Amino acid sequence: MENYGRNIVEIPLEKLVIVASEERDKGHRLAQACASYVNDKYELLYSFVDGYEMVTYKLIIDTDTEVPSISRICFPAFTYENEMKELFGVKIKGIVTDYNDKFYRIQTKTPFLKKGDK
Amino acid sequence: MSEIIKPKRTIIPFGPQHPVLPEPIHIDLVMEDETVVDAIPSVGFIHRGLEKLVEKKDYNEMVYVAERICGICSFMHGMGYCEAVEHIMDVEIPDRAKYLRTIWCEFSRLHSHLLWLGLLADGFGFEALFNECWRIREKVLDMVELTTGGRLISSVNKVGGLIKDVTPEMLKAMKETVIQVEKELKPVANTFLNDYSVKSRLCGSGILTKEEAIALGACGPMMRASGIEVDLRKTGYAAYDNIDFDIITSNDCDGYARCAVRIGELFQSVEIVRQAIDKIPDSEEVSVKLKGNPKGEFLMRLEQPRGEAFYYVEANGTKFIDRFRVRTPTFANLAPLIHTLKGAPFADVPLLVLTIDPCISCTER
Repeated sequence: MENYGRNIVEIPLEKLVIVASEERDKGHRLAQACASYVNDKYELLYSFVDGYEMVTYKLIIDTDTEVPSISRICFPAFTYENEMKELFGVKIKGIVTDYNDKFYRIQTKTPFLKKGDK
Repeated sequence: MSEIIKPKRTIIPFGPQHPVLPEPIHIDLVMEDETVVDAIPSVGFIHRGLEKLVEKKDYNEMVYVAERICGICSFMHGMGYCEAVEHIMDVEIPDRAKYLRTIWCEFSRLHSHLLWLGLLADGFGFEALFNECWRIREKVLDMVELTTGGRLISSVNKVGGLIKDVTPEMLKAMKETVIQVEKELKPVANTFLNDYSVKSRLCGSGILTKEEAIALGACGPMMRASGIEVDLRKTGYAAYDNIDFDIITSNDCDGYARCAVRIGELFQSVEIVRQAIDKIPDSEEVSVKLKGNPKGEFLMRLEQPRGEAFYYVEANGTKFIDRFRVRTPTFANLAPLIHTLKGAPFADVPLLVLTIDPCISCTER
């Protein structure tokens, strides 16, 4: 059953809203969404669960690409999207409750965008 | 013709410092008279950016950062990270380590739920009940200290298993402790579930229906108290696939149901620890040697005391991991909390905030 952790499907940006709508219509729950900054690109993950089953959709986009919010389809997405926006600087458009960079009270702007020195 | 007078709206700030909040979270409560009509939460007062440290710590050292995300959920944060990396590296840890992880997970659940019950009792002014919950919790913490060396930050997990084993005497002491805890819990549970003053504060407050719980992404006891039968321990991580237990749910969907589910889970944890101690195999090894560095990605899900937690690890084949992401249960339960606050009387706000069992340290990892 733990193979759900590898069930990661890459989708193009234009399919994000369609996929989110389909998952919502099936009664699946948005369990998490997050961003990563790998090889100068953003990787966005959206995980939907149905009981113990889970599918994660992955978007790989350039840093200047605008991403539509899915918070009008799945309301809980607004917290994850505010987080992606503030920590990574992902350009997300149309968040239902947009905190305008005040969700996290942090001093550094988009602190997760810059790679740390190893 | 009489003029319709719209009630005035007032915004009342709740937190970040409030008697029911041990940690800082701020909620702007939009009020019409005594009724909450909207709630806007904001977090970030103690955001530490621990996930970012994964770029500077090698993947073995990162275990100690992961378990410092939060004191209460410490053991399982370390374990969640280790299990994710172990999946990427295709590492099968020894059975004895799996059972010990299961036992310590349930000890974590016991002390977390007892902490919450105490805070809830304190929230509605039942100080004797608060004292009793925390007194019992001390026994659990003493046993965690005896077996791991730390009361909250145990530092026994490592990628590939555990750092230390326990002696047969320790296992015996653990079993005796849970039996004693179960005995002392019964009158406490009876008070929580049957006392008039407790029922009058919790019954019918903060309703979250099954459909709303799914739509709003609720998790853990918050979700199970809305009649959804999902408990990630049933996915069989650690040694849970060899443990016989039922998922505790309630269809009442209110604050009382959330309390009842957590109380049921306390007794369930006692039973799981007993079963695990009876079934733990004798072996000399509690870890395996690792070869190479992790490469790949994995999303691990665990049932933390507060609910479903996610651990995403993306590794590139070096000793440094590209991304470590933790989605904590409190973060997921923020949207359901906003929903339950809408329409609630102002006096119920502190208790409703408590019924999600907020852990801000986890949320602000």
